[in-house]
Amino acid sequence: MLLRTKGKPINIKSALVGKVTRNPERLDENSFLLVEGSISELPSKNFIGILSRQDEYEVINSENIVFKIPTLEHLMEGDIVSVGIDGNINTLYRVNSFHNTLLATERCNSNCLMCSQPPKDKNDINNLYEINKKLIPLIPKDCIELGISGGEPTLMGDLFFDLLSQIKTELPDTEIHLLTNGRTFAWDYMAERLGEIDNKRLMLGIPVYSDYYQVHDYIVQAENAFYQTILGLHNLARYNQRLEVRIVLHKQSIPRLTRLAKYIYKNLPFVEHVAFMGLEYIGYTPHNIEKLWIDPYEYRDELGEAVEYLAGQGMHVSIYNTPLCILPENQWKFARKSISDWKNDYLPICSTCTKLNDCGGLFTWNLKKHSEHIKPIH
Amino acid sequence: MINEKADKRSRKFREIDQFDLNEQPQYYLLPFRFHRITDDKEIIVNEVGDYLLLSNGTFERIVKRQLDKKKDADLYGDLIANFFISEEPIPPLIDVLATRYRTKKLFLNYFTGLHIFVISLRCEHTCHYCQVSRVTQNKDLYDMSIANIDKGIDIMFKSPNPHVTMEFQGGESLLAFDNIKYAVEKAERIAKEVGKGLTKVICSNLALINEEILEYCKEHEILISTSLDGPQYVHDNNRHKPHASSYELAIKGIELSRKVLGHDRVSALMTTTKLSLDYPVEIVDEYFRLGFQGIFLRNISPYGFALRTDKSKYETEKFLTFYKKALDRILEYNFSGHYFTEDLAKIFLTKILTPFNVGFVDLQSPAGLINGVIVFNYDGGVYATDESRMLAEQKDYTFKLGTLDDNYNDLFFGKKAQEIANVWANEALSGCSECAFQQYCGADPVHNHATQGDMYGYRPNSDFCQKNMEIIRYLIELMESDSRIKKIFERWAKTSTH
Ligand code: SF4
Ligand code: SF4
Repeated sequence: MLLRTKGKPINIKSALVGKVTRNPERLDENSFLLVEGSISELPSKNFIGILSRQDEYEVINSENIVFKIPTLEHLMEGDIVSVGIDGNINTLYRVNSFHNTLLATERCNSNCLMCSQPPKDKNDINNLYEINKKLIPLIPKDCIELGISGGEPTLMGDLFFDLLSQIKTELPDTEIHLLTNGRTFAWDYMAERLGEIDNKRLMLGIPVYSDYYQVHDYIVQAENAFYQTILGLHNLARYNQRLEVRIVLHKQSIPRLTRLAKYIYKNLPFVEHVAFMGLEYIGYTPHNIEKLWIDPYEYRDELGEAVEYLAGQGMHVSIYNTPLCILPENQWKFARKSISDWKNDYLPICSTCTKLNDCGGLFTWNLKKHSEHIKPIH
Repeated sequence: MINEKADKRSRKFREIDQFDLNEQPQYYLLPFRFHRITDDKEIIVNEVGDYLLLSNGTFERIVKRQLDKKKDADLYGDLIANFFISEEPIPPLIDVLATRYRTKKLFLNYFTGLHIFVISLRCEHTCHYCQVSRVTQNKDLYDMSIANIDKGIDIMFKSPNPHVTMEFQGGESLLAFDNIKYAVEKAERIAKEVGKGLTKVICSNLALINEEILEYCKEHEILISTSLDGPQYVHDNNRHKPHASSYELAIKGIELSRKVLGHDRVSALMTTTKLSLDYPVEIVDEYFRLGFQGIFLRNISPYGFALRTDKSKYETEKFLTFYKKALDRILEYNFSGHYFTEDLAKIFLTKILTPFNVGFVDLQSPAGLINGVIVFNYDGGVYATDESRMLAEQKDYTFKLGTLDDNYNDLFFGKKAQEIANVWANEALSGCSECAFQQYCGADPVHNHATQGDMYGYRPNSDFCQKNMEIIRYLIELMESDSRIKKIFERWAKTSTH
């Protein structure tokens, strides 16, 4: 799935955000016109600019234009893009997807061994905030779910709360799923501020990888991270925030997994959802694969025990990113088709599997690193 | 390409050793206690009831600081993660521990919930173990007067608890059904006015139940609680009713009540007598057969007996044998796929296996007398518990807090209440204060007084202690030796909290 493209910019002085349309009739002050061939005359309406595939372009009336774009095929009517001064065109929101995510920042105070989107240490907070601020009002009000991820979104500081307030105002009916490591909420006032925003549709997904601090801190490569995250979860619970615990399954987290399940029930019984997630072969993971890889088939007993225990205590549990053929049948009910459409794929042998439609399959990037035990179910 | 990107960063990955926050071999002990479970296993329990089962001698190694962080890595991690030891004098997650402690004591938050109205002392039964009831027609002397009912309701609504329960007991409460109706309707009116929740329960042997009464109960959402001691030969022997079978009346009453009110609006309680001790399996089977979800195996009431010492020890042994046989039977039902609980175990297991607690008068600390339950006797006396008023029938008024004419503060916070409060927390009772099961158990000043002659009690020959300690130990032994039992127990514990 193509999410970014690039052309030659003219007249673009700052990052622009708008919807795309191929129909000049639908143009308004928040949209770009997509053009395949040449145009001789500008639409008479107010609009942001033109995105064109033409190899040459004559500016007609000092309009904003990006031309010589290799393809526009990936853009659907109503998709929202940002257009940079360098001519980069990034798809920010896809109308036909249930998996839209706002990028808050690429900075992070942790550095997880298996991070799928490794952090960058440049200050992108203001730029991204400005883009998101323009994006949010354009998102259709009937958007069902919207993710917010990073990096670590809370590093935005005050802007983090501004962003969430704006979302609550603009998208009151949208489920918001925020991925954060939760460490910042070890400071009570941060949790309190979030509580004040009082968005019942906000759910925070927070990773806890072990019940023992040293293992967790090692996995996230940050001292004191475990204690901060657990305190953060407690503070957030105090302000009635909805919480999800996320556990990535790999060689470092598996040995204490069943203990972690107990720990969650005993110390975090207020969390609404616990997600056990298969490892993604992208980001840092290939680099750290020696430290991380364990065939999912090898940990199925531990996973089964942890999942059954928590579910038995009445907690809501899911297994993500794990093919059905790896799981015993009695755990299929916990497996979710969790992988976003644009990064989802199957192996050639899957084509003969009777469970193909129910199975969540693999991350595209896991096609090169997957369980040895994938075999079609007949 | 991904690798190149990662390598360019200054964010170089470090090894696990570099995330050790405590390189000294030193660690600090948090409060916890230990107990022998079997010949080769011991248990340690922390301040919020989490336990670890260890091989013998481990406790000693822990307190003597002989653990090696590397060689005992799993154990060391367990001890840190579960609040047994800390690498700092004040553990970093002490606030979490505090929250968990508050959760365990949540039953204290609302103060008195259960208000027992002994609506009549009269009874048409002549049960031989019953020390309180009277077979008589004298309503004036043995029924609670309307004036006292009014005062009782008044006091009930003074409780800060947002939800109060009004329970009618006897004698046989249905002999005074008109008064019950009066009390129910008045309480409902006030509950609505002041915005409190109100649960109503009638305790009855059901001999007098009929459709008319049940229709009333249905209309007013009244729960029925009855007595059933087991199969007919046990029940009828325990509960003597002249010219009739108490058992048959009870069964008929249960069926009719279920029909009118719904299956789960009717519960039954058993009393264990000397005779019952020979029929553990039969008693369980009877409850199962009748479609109950479980049974509460209650020990023999000590009330009405003289002070007991050596004799009681022997009797407790017998009760424990009975209990274990019955529990075995209950587990068999569960093994074959049924959900059927033992409710004493369920209370303990909720404390052992979950972060929550259940308020149960003598299995909580501080005990539930006064702050969880209060009894308004038929004659206007106010007592700390149901057992307290039974002592009063033997002229022992130790737990009489006053009368319905006294004011709320004098009753609930007066001298008597203060005296009891000195001994109602097992954290502060010798024997209990060092006991590993302290968090699972409770305190029972009334029982101590009745059996040992003083409220404080003496644990080494207390039948209360002997019984609880062995049952708790046994439950842990069972589930730690059989994962099927653990699953069953986890399920029982779960359903009592959610
Ligand atoms: S064979 Fe493929 S489609 Fe079938 S369960 Fe396994 S991964 Fe899923
Ligand atoms: S009564 Fe016995 S078992 Fe209960 S806490 Fe006290 S010493 Fe322990």
